[in-house]
Amino acid sequence: MPDYLTNRIARLGRGTMEAVASLGRSAGFLWGSLVGVPRPSVGLPLMVRQIYNIGVLSLAIVVVSGLFIGMVLALQGYYILSDFGSESAIGQMIALTLLRELGPVVTALLFAGRAGSALTAEIGLMKATEQLSSMEMMGVDPLRRVIAPRLWAGFISMPVLALIFSVVGIWGGMLVGVQWLGVFEGSYWGNMQSSVTFFDDVVNGLIKSLVFGFVCTWIAVYQGYDCVPTSAGISSATTRTVVFSSLAVLGLDFVLTAVMFGSF
Amino acid sequence: MAQRTTDIIVGLFILAGGAALLVLALQVSGLTLKPGGETYSVQAYFNDAGGLSSRARVSMAGVTVGRIREVTLDQETFQARVVIDIEADYDSIPADSSAIIRTSGLLGEQYIDISPGADMESLADGDTFYETQSALNIERMISNFATGQGGD
Repeated sequence: MPDYLTNRIARLGRGTMEAVASLGRSAGFLWGSLVGVPRPSVGLPLMVRQIYNIGVLSLAIVVVSGLFIGMVLALQGYYILSDFGSESAIGQMIALTLLRELGPVVTALLFAGRAGSALTAEIGLMKATEQLSSMEMMGVDPLRRVIAPRLWAGFISMPVLALIFSVVGIWGGMLVGVQWLGVFEGSYWGNMQSSVTFFDDVVNGLIKSLVFGFVCTWIAVYQGYDCVPTSAGISSATTRTVVFSSLAVLGLDFVLTAVMFGSF
Repeated sequence: MAQRTTDIIVGLFILAGGAALLVLALQVSGLTLKPGGETYSVQAYFNDAGGLSSRARVSMAGVTVGRIREVTLDQETFQARVVIDIEADYDSIPADSSAIIRTSGLLGEQYIDISPGADMESLADGDTFYETQSALNIERMISNFATGQGGD
């Protein structure tokens, strides 16, 4: 067998083994940090601080994006629906699109870009400046002290952000649809209420955002924790966080949608 | 920033999330906190239920008087059996009223319109509508028109 062929096969094998090993490390890491929650008196203030960093500080970008996405949906929807003389269906279109898809997905993408990259860079820098290993030397488990509060903060923040995104988007859609384009307000809400069901649409959207929050935060903290402790390593880890999170969110969204809404 | 300030801001953030969920439940998906109040249920059989679904509106003269609980197939007559919950306040609907499936707008949702009869007796729990009119099927209407067959 020619040399270049065996080399390629060897590279493929090494790559696969590295990928599997990394998956295993990240699963062990996740387990260690989820189980290793510190005592509430110590852990809760740490987590609250992280919810502030991850959730509250992401609020501005989420609200602004939600507003504009709702307004654009109303504009686009109006011009399409008015061809069929059914502008009044605009409320249901906006609400269903936001609750089922755009709310969780766009929030997760923004979350990965705004909070996920920051988490990776922060933890990566802690590792590069050997804060994590000095914690270990002092007998403090960095998984408990640093990682666990961030993970839990991400799980909690993401659904809250997605809910706020949807509400702001629906409100923005009403601003454009009702106040500007003149759709009757009663039919905006009425159509919406008769087509949106709480458990099928709102709760399924919430489940999606929980899953996305879980995946995005996990990827972000793991990439930070596992990065090569140099400036180049941190930068490539941050890039990987955003790329992997976005791909994972979009791929999982397809799977979740197929499971939730694809049953015929 | 002091821990207390952070605590308060994060508390407000979580509250905002709860409020958003509440808005989505009450205003957007139209859940009511009071469980619908008192209702009584009547049923109607249609040859074609069209796109009628549960939780669709039931109205009389344009006013919502109830909701559809379920749409099932009657295995004996092969008609659609629609169970309707009507609010208990509307207790004097004549027993010979007819139920008609209508569409709001050209592409809007389908709902049941009750057209009142003249009977002195009124509908009570468990009653059935005598007279029903199925969903208007535009495709069938056009094909009837094209092949020159009259109405149904």
